[in-house]
Amino acid sequence: MRTLLLRSLFARPVTVSAPQPDAGPVGGEEALLAELGRALDVRARRLFGRSITIRAIDSGSCNGCELEIHALSNAIYDVERFGIKFAASPRHADVLLVTGPVSHNMRVALERTYAAMPEPKWVVAIGDCAAGCGVFSESYATVGSVAPVVPVDLVIRGCPPTPMDLLKGLLALMDKATAKAVP
Amino acid sequence: MTAMSERLAALIADRGAVAGHRPWPRYEIDHDTWTAIAQALGEGGGDLLGLWGEKDNVHMALRVAGQAWPCVVSVRTRNEDFPSVGRFHPPALRLERALRDLYGFAPLGLPDRRPWLDHGAWGVRAPLGARPPAARRDPAAYEFLPVLGEDVHQVPVGPVHAGVIEPGHFRFSVNGETLVRVEERFGYTHKGIDGLLTDADMERAARVVARISGDSTVAYSFAFARAVEAALQVEPPPRAVILRGVMAELERLAHHVGDVGAICNDASFPILHAHCGILRERVLAATDRAFGHRMMMDRIVPGGVEDAGPGAARSLLSMLDEIEKPFAEVVRVYDATPSIQDRSCGTGILDNALAKRWAAGGVIGRASGRDFDTRRDCPYAPYGEAAFEVPVLTNGDVDARIWIRIREVAQSIALLRRWLGDLPSGDVRAELPSHEGACEGIAMVEAFRGDVLVWVRIVDGRIARCHARDASWFQWPLLEAAAENNIIADFPMCNKSFNCSYSGHDL
Repeated sequence: MRTLLLRSLFARPVTVSAPQPDAGPVGGEEALLAELGRALDVRARRLFGRSITIRAIDSGSCNGCELEIHALSNAIYDVERFGIKFAASPRHADVLLVTGPVSHNMRVALERTYAAMPEPKWVVAIGDCAAGCGVFSESYATVGSVAPVVPVDLVIRGCPPTPMDLLKGLLALMDKATAKAVP
Repeated sequence: MTAMSERLAALIADRGAVAGHRPWPRYEIDHDTWTAIAQALGEGGGDLLGLWGEKDNVHMALRVAGQAWPCVVSVRTRNEDFPSVGRFHPPALRLERALRDLYGFAPLGLPDRRPWLDHGAWGVRAPLGARPPAARRDPAAYEFLPVLGEDVHQVPVGPVHAGVIEPGHFRFSVNGETLVRVEERFGYTHKGIDGLLTDADMERAARVVARISGDSTVAYSFAFARAVEAALQVEPPPRAVILRGVMAELERLAHHVGDVGAICNDASFPILHAHCGILRERVLAATDRAFGHRMMMDRIVPGGVEDAGPGAARSLLSMLDEIEKPFAEVVRVYDATPSIQDRSCGTGILDNALAKRWAAGGVIGRASGRDFDTRRDCPYAPYGEAAFEVPVLTNGDVDARIWIRIREVAQSIALLRRWLGDLPSGDVRAELPSHEGACEGIAMVEAFRGDVLVWVRIVDGRIARCHARDASWFQWPLLEAAAENNIIADFPMCNKSFNCSYSGHDL
């Protein structure tokens, strides 16, 4: 245990680092990630002071989107360094991430979760199912997309969207939210 | 072979199998034989592998103890009823409640008649049967089993959980801190998959099957492809066969590594979660480079696979080298830290007899003495040729489930090295022959959480009916038993160490 802690203390961070200003476009995904993160950081601060808090809800997804949302919190993507964190309660959330085609069996739970969030609030539909272009949209058991149930501010497509797609999407949301909050 | 399994074998022996059902036989039987088989299963004569319906028919897949190959028995419903299996063999209970909800069939003698998947939100009853309109019910109206006793109180949790996980409801009856009973209520993620897999074209069905449980997308697509190939009697090319094994082991590796960390995290030991999260991400990133998708969705298709990119083998091999040592360090820390073992050892013990009775697959079964792995015991390519060990422990606690995962990681890495070191070249797709009339196929594949069973009937090249059964059907009920008498604070650990699927179960 001590060895692991010591080693971690002296090891370089695994989190993708911010690019140097003169680094140019090379660096591929890592540079893109850092750049996205920085932009996200600026917007989150302008809008919420220090942070935004997300509540994720699975409205009948296959668990694919959940795995990638999870990945946002690992040491590689480390979304918390930008002030974005996940909350256990909708009462503490600014943003609701919704995955899945909204099964009829989850509809009430989704409506109640949304209602429990304080204003101002934003809804992001994550993945093709939530967007309405998934394989489960034509079924007796699903609504088919999130929009008919709660108002959607942003759609992030993908089956499932990668953690990078999710970061990009959150950035777009910041733009939209800033426009809404600061007329 | 025990007396009971001999009796079960005798009930099936000497029957004419239905033509065109491959590779295991399917027998059409009468209600009395069905009942006798249910009784024999209930007395320990074999394993229930699946129970599903279609119009006017109910099918049951089972494996007689000591016999190599499973079989399917089918019974015609009479006035929409058939003899309940669950009244003799409890693992069938939830499957029969689901059948009742979906088809409106009445399993005669079913002891538990509460709805399971139907929460009264569809606007119809029996959506795959007669579909009479139904009034919507309050989704919270559900009769949980009574718990009697002084000072017992209830804690309802879900369907929306605190973390980023799938929805389901747990009703905890607690005395002080001790769980007197845990009762699950599921069905929240029900998407009507059996309906979507009725009269669907092949490509669409494949895409639906790949999304039954996104975390096991490779295993589901693998099982679906094998079932279709068995029905149509087509063999995928050698390169495709090996690549399927590679994908299946990459999926297992990513999940097992992630789960070891996540279980420790639920005992407030986040350092291992952080390290395992990095390793899991390395696997996914390498997988993405090799197959163009982090989870390899839709990469296995009937007839073969989508080919891996150039340099895939080399890049995957170097990823394995990169993660092996750090993972060994994670294991060393887990093994040498009493504070985490204090939480995992002796917690959430699953009785070996229950694991056997429910035919619990995967890590859960193997941590409770059930020496079964589909890859070895119902072998399929490319595992038939490959030598690997199947770890088995008997303690049945959270610690045992962690150790089974750790040992399986080593086996997966060894298998991957062998296959990637000698990847055959050539085609990766065999064309599906056009086939007039009906044929049926069945396949079982070992997903990271246990055996996935897929059954298909193909008519004139279309999927007339397909059913997939997740390992979770026979694992979820055991979580209720394993968590009993533990403190409520240990439930997340018990749950995570099981890591059953909600979506794969709710269909």
